[in-house]
Amino acid sequence: MKIAVIDESASRASVIREGLAQLDGSEVFVITERQGLVARIEEIAPDVVLIDLGNPSRDMLEEYFTVSRAVSRPIAMFVDESDEEAIGASIDAGVSVYVVDGLAASRIRPVLDLAVRRFGAFARLQADLDEAKGKLAERDTIDKAKRILMKGRGLSEPDAYAELRRKAMHSGRRIADIAEAVVTAHELMGEDE
Amino acid sequence: MSEHLTIGFLPLVDACLPILAAEHGFAAAEGLELSFVRDVSWATVLDRLLYGHSDAAHMLAPLAIATTLGRGRPAQPLAAPFVLGLNGNAITFSPELAAAVAAPERRLGDPDLIGRSLVIEAKRRAAAGRKLRFGVVHRYSSHNYMLRYWLAACGMAPDVDVEIATVAPPFVADALENGEIDGTCVGEPWSSVAVERGAGQIVLATAQIWRRGVEKVLAMRESRLDERRDAVEALIRAMRKAGTHFVDPANWQANAAILAGPRYLDASPELILRAISDRLVLARGTPPIHYPDFMFQHREAANFPWVSQAEWLYTQMVRWDGLTFDAQDAKNAARVFRPDVYRSALAGTGDLLPGASSKVEGSLGQTTAVSAQQGTMVLEQNSFFDGRSFDPDDLPGYLGSFSS
Repeated sequence: MKIAVIDESASRASVIREGLAQLDGSEVFVITERQGLVARIEEIAPDVVLIDLGNPSRDMLEEYFTVSRAVSRPIAMFVDESDEEAIGASIDAGVSVYVVDGLAASRIRPVLDLAVRRFGAFARLQADLDEAKGKLAERDTIDKAKRILMKGRGLSEPDAYAELRRKAMHSGRRIADIAEAVVTAHELMGEDE
Repeated sequence: MSEHLTIGFLPLVDACLPILAAEHGFAAAEGLELSFVRDVSWATVLDRLLYGHSDAAHMLAPLAIATTLGRGRPAQPLAAPFVLGLNGNAITFSPELAAAVAAPERRLGDPDLIGRSLVIEAKRRAAAGRKLRFGVVHRYSSHNYMLRYWLAACGMAPDVDVEIATVAPPFVADALENGEIDGTCVGEPWSSVAVERGAGQIVLATAQIWRRGVEKVLAMRESRLDERRDAVEALIRAMRKAGTHFVDPANWQANAAILAGPRYLDASPELILRAISDRLVLARGTPPIHYPDFMFQHREAANFPWVSQAEWLYTQMVRWDGLTFDAQDAKNAARVFRPDVYRSALAGTGDLLPGASSKVEGSLGQTTAVSAQQGTMVLEQNSFFDGRSFDPDDLPGYLGSFSS
């Protein structure tokens, strides 16, 4: 079974490919380029096409599938209506699925399930990464705020931190938020670090 | 307690009414909280609507009908209780094609004259082995239908003499630039983006093809409309107020700035202002021209979902999908447009409500008074450029008139 994965995010596409490669008898093709997409699909002649919901080529692709219904390998949006739940899950995960007409549901289901899991895993990875980046940025801000307090009020580093923490506990906010406020106020006063 | 609705949209100027209803507090005043989901393809806007990520969506009117009739995927009944606007699209050619058909740079072309030159150019290009290619935003779009209506009325067979492909609005300028397409019919600000890049020249406004052509609708799943009926009626009232605000010249700048924001169109406010103010720059470096009612979002009960509009769209679907007329499909298509909901939302607000729910489209050559629920209302000229009119009481007759 030939599966085409269309995704402009090369890193996500490789996560999906890796997952689908576990399926027996499947051959996975990744397309990340917008140019020449239809020609590439024609060349591959896939049984299943996976495309992320954020892909700007979807309408063009659906148009091609509609036209292709007249040719030998018609591709349809959905298998049959009994698969509504599975399709809903794929939309939730952020991927849409097109299959060649007549492909048995029993063969599509594992592809769909894997794609959904992989998309979900990628989204979690992305969220973790964003969180880690956020944490790093927060640490930077706290360091900056500490330096401002140390310089401006002649505090030691532990005291500067204790001061931030005391203020945070008092106002029910996070230390990072207090630090942010200190840095912003400092910038507004036009003082350089 | 405030009700919440999530609305899907594509970054186009005619997504303005729900956005401005939220931004200016008209929705909040109706006890509504709105959030928005922006996408880059109609397929995804539709998926989100069908699988419950959104409650309502900014949608191509023909796509709402196609979805209801099960064209391209299993049928799912959609309902459109509000028309988001009429027209607002331009037909834009590459500078080479614009020159070949002698399109003027300082005024919009004449649809007949340009059409006649285009027939000759299309033949020449086909004979040279490369047909003219046009990009439209979707198979089921008024852009596709308006373009085809015009080409066919000028004597072309759109599926034979030229090629019509789907190109996503944000890539239209690229496609014109790299020669993938020679022309397009697209909503703003995307023609203006092509003009600014020197990749395109605006040749016609769709309002020249059909002076009052139906464009986007607010679409919902029929079942969701029933479940959220009160919230939807509140949204309709809020969008009517947003419309009053939108068409007031005093607010044009501010509204262009809001729509240009990163959460909405993420585009240049100057280009958005051109569509809002009906002042278009047709070719790069030329002064703007004023073409009244390029976009038509409010006056003359522009948001009223006339059943006859849905029926006209159905006839075009039959025409261009090569279907045979089916009375049941026609009925189902007509039922997508929901004037009953619109009326019920605005009853007692003093807003203009037409007396009828259907009208002969394109029959008014001049300003005409028609009956409203209270008193009369005035409708301006609404003609098609070829002088035909559309009688919703005789769809097969109308369809037959094209085959001769």
